[in-house]
Amino acid sequence: MPDALAVSLNGKAFTVPAGTTVAAAVLIAGQSSFRRSVSGQPRGPLCGMGICFECRVTVDGVRHVKSCQTLCRQGMQIDTDE
Amino acid sequence: MNRERPDIVVVGGGPAGIAAAVSAAECGASVLLVDDNPALGGQIWRGEEANPSVRQARRWTERLRNSSVEISRGFRIFDQFGPGVLLAESSEGMRKINYSRLILCTGARERFLPFPGWTLPNVMGAGGLQALAKAGMPIRGKRIVVAGTGPLLLPVAVYLKRHGAKIELIAEQASRTSVAVFGRTLWRYPGKLAQALGIFASLAGVPFRFGCWPLEAKGDDCLRSVVLQQGVRRFEIECDYLACGFHLVPNLELANLLGCDIKDGIVEVNEVQQTSIANVYCAGEPTGIGGVDLAILEGQIAGFAAAEQQHKARRVFRTRAHHREFANALDKTFVLRPELKKLARKDTFVCRCEDVSFERLAQCRSWREAKLYTRCGMGPCQGRICGAATEFLFDWSAESVRPPVFEARVESLMATEMSVPEVRV
Repeated sequence: MPDALAVSLNGKAFTVPAGTTVAAAVLIAGQSSFRRSVSGQPRGPLCGMGICFECRVTVDGVRHVKSCQTLCRQGMQIDTDE
Repeated sequence: MNRERPDIVVVGGGPAGIAAAVSAAECGASVLLVDDNPALGGQIWRGEEANPSVRQARRWTERLRNSSVEISRGFRIFDQFGPGVLLAESSEGMRKINYSRLILCTGARERFLPFPGWTLPNVMGAGGLQALAKAGMPIRGKRIVVAGTGPLLLPVAVYLKRHGAKIELIAEQASRTSVAVFGRTLWRYPGKLAQALGIFASLAGVPFRFGCWPLEAKGDDCLRSVVLQQGVRRFEIECDYLACGFHLVPNLELANLLGCDIKDGIVEVNEVQQTSIANVYCAGEPTGIGGVDLAILEGQIAGFAAAEQQHKARRVFRTRAHHREFANALDKTFVLRPELKKLARKDTFVCRCEDVSFERLAQCRSWREAKLYTRCGMGPCQGRICGAATEFLFDWSAESVRPPVFEARVESLMATEMSVPEVRV
């Protein structure tokens, strides 16, 4: 496995160290809002352990992926709301 | 080992689960350990499987590696298919898990309490922020306020500080007096005392307040500052992150689904950690929040008992009793103060999945009524976050569960409908 993984967030490419979760990758990219709530509020990770679902994002086209429990893979495309 | 039906399945790969799996396997049982995270360790030993830094964790993960335990990572159990059969899902697909005996070591989560602004991005759990930092979130140079209650706050602050964060304040809602009483029980637990002294040494120079709690998180699209209260004094601190959790609540969903007796918010077990269902054992936080040492001891007892080595289990009873006393002291120390019931304003969301406000919930008489009329607890988290909050705010009991206990893909649910239950031998 390479030490650095190339991923993209909303189409913008960057690299993260191997072992980084998708949640951490979004934060590394400087974004703190991961999704919009049902009333439109910005939300980001809360529990960090796969319980609260606030950090869910779209990964390679699959929606509602819990980013805190998913490791980044080479070439992964991450998309957040908006 | 019979891969189709191991003697013992352990659910949860934290300290209790690892101890249970290792203990049972060392007695000669075939054991499968299932965990929903990419790596073992649970919350307290997160990251220890790959890079051990805690001696206790290193010792147990080494024993695990040298054992015959089969490990299944990244699988989340979402339903029971029939007696002795669980259904689990990973990103790769669904899997049926057969068991003769089951040991539940499902751990605990943080309790979150609603206050204005608690839904803003960058307001996170204390353990939550630490977990994210361990997973690669950058914290160097970030200004962090650590607040809430419980023994977790200090080690979290130590971790964050060690990794370059600037801890602006640690605010513990419990009073100085009750924490001091707790501190005096520590001399009976030399390991914990040494740990506590180490923590205080590492936090030298960090502002610390007892009897202090967050009132409001401020910011537009993101956290900007936190307003706190101590006695009659209110003050505001600018920060990048608020790490805020109010002690822990056990993860009871699976025990509940299987029909284990639960009383006062914990799974009822006998002296060998056996639940009301004869072939289901439970160890660690679900039987009462007690910390890592108690979890390991309970795990060992459950592992030995499930492997039918009762005499080995009995040898651990005395040490377990000693550590249960510590758990009782924890409960007394970090009781939530009544002021925390008044933090939420009318328009503060209590249910974050469905954006249900405090005002709407205040009109309901029960958890069930709240679910029916407001959709509180009906979102993806299924009440895992708001359930503990409404229990404190309104004295509601949010214990009943329905399958699937975790979200599952339609393909998995369909697969469970179409397949034929296996005959139990």
